[in-house]
Amino acid sequence: MIKIENVSKFFGETEVLTGISTEISNGEVVTIVGPSGSGKSTLLRCINKLEEASKGRIWIEDQEVTDPSVNIMKIREEIGMVFQHFQLFPHMTVLENIMYAPLKVRGKDKEEAETLARSLLKKVGLEDKETAYPKRLSGGQKQRVAIARALAMEPKMMLFDEPTSALDPEMVKEVLAVMKDLAQSGMTMIIVTHEMGFAREVADRILFLDEGKLVEDAPPERFFTSPESERAKDFLEKIL
Amino acid sequence: MGLDFSQIAPSFPYILKGIWVTLQIVAVSAVVGFFIGVILSLFKIGKFNVLRWFADAYTSVFRGTPLVLQLMLIYYGLPQVIGFEIPAYLAAIAAFGLNSGAYVSEIIRAGIEAIDKGQKEAALALGIPYSEMMKDIILPQAMKNILPALMNEFITLTKESAIVTTIGALDIMRRAYIVGGQTFSFFEPLLFAGLIYYLLVMGLTLLGKALERKLKQSD
Ligand SMILES: Nc1ncnc2c1ncn2[C@@H]1O[C@H](COP(=O)(O)OP(=O)(O)O)[C@@H](O)[C@H]1O
Ligand SMILES: [Mg+2]
Repeated sequence: MIKIENVSKFFGETEVLTGISTEISNGEVVTIVGPSGSGKSTLLRCINKLEEASKGRIWIEDQEVTDPSVNIMKIREEIGMVFQHFQLFPHMTVLENIMYAPLKVRGKDKEEAETLARSLLKKVGLEDKETAYPKRLSGGQKQRVAIARALAMEPKMMLFDEPTSALDPEMVKEVLAVMKDLAQSGMTMIIVTHEMGFAREVADRILFLDEGKLVEDAPPERFFTSPESERAKDFLEKIL
Repeated sequence: MGLDFSQIAPSFPYILKGIWVTLQIVAVSAVVGFFIGVILSLFKIGKFNVLRWFADAYTSVFRGTPLVLQLMLIYYGLPQVIGFEIPAYLAAIAAFGLNSGAYVSEIIRAGIEAIDKGQKEAALALGIPYSEMMKDIILPQAMKNILPALMNEFITLTKESAIVTTIGALDIMRRAYIVGGQTFSFFEPLLFAGLIYYLLVMGLTLLGKALERKLKQSD
């Protein structure tokens, strides 16, 4: 469970998040949508403390992320994150990318880590790429490896920040397919995305952010067919 | 009067022995400078303000004053404070090492800062501790930018090392100067010294190029 309570974020003088509150239960798939610059990434990044919330509190299970004395590294071990620009480690092969954190952080031995990495590569359909370096991969393949790398930590939840926005259109599908599988396996997921079809099909709930405010928090059917706010209506009109 | 190299030919071995002195000073100061540089660069990118301030001040001072002044301060000035003489060789290593540390720290800092900050975030998000992240993720990538620049610094050091002459260390330069004084002709021995420096620098340059090619291959 993730509990976000009255979270605000300032960069200098500018307030980019204003009093966000919501709760995400285990196994839930939530997408965050909204115009560019509305604070979607910032909110996501506050959850694993890549950004520090300026006000408010965030809990993951019974641990308070926003507590200054919390061991954030321990909490991050349980939260996978996938970035828009993949951020694979370019000097490591695909297999090494996936094995690295289990080896270093989880203390797995080499054999265990390798078996795990191979099974994850199979899961994302890239078992033939294990010795390739990232730059030999297409964008879609890179993102699937990045998902496998995050899953290798056996996290309790996954954060995705526009995982398909940097991809050529023909590669979006293969990444969304992997994410859909993951959602169906019961993973707790928070996904920032512009893929409205995917959001509608896969999400249990949609959070709509606008100018740093959580304007709508609704199940997909309601959000797409009868949004309450003018802003959401405008937004949907522009992108659908 | 023309040039007469035969007159100083018997002194060639004497001058050549200076290569060893020069290389020793350069190699040891390069190692010292590298370690100082690594530590300072970690201070510079770290989160402790005091350390960052110290590293910046250090760099600023060592880059903002002449190397020959730093050398003389250590060789002639320091004994006044500590009460005993410092051998020329040690003073040279101290001055070059400390000075080179300032430049190396900038090279490493720039190399690290050139790495996409998303790489750091990806490592943090996986729960990878800072030291491991630096060692396994950031530094190996930064090396591609750092190594060629370090090689340049090493070449500069080789040339600049000729100023140890001013404190009497028997390097290539000093020996050429001595031979000139003994034979009353400076042009030939100094030209000979110049040739030696040039060959050393060319050797290092080729080595650097080879290294760069090797790094490029691994992409
Ligand atoms: N590190 C930062 N420093 C200053 N401003 C930032 C920083 N990161 C984001 N912002 C600003 O915060 C606002 C929200 O950004 P972001 O969360 O990235 O929006 P979104 O992901 O919805 O496009 C934007 O106006 C952006 O310019
Ligand atoms: Mg964003």
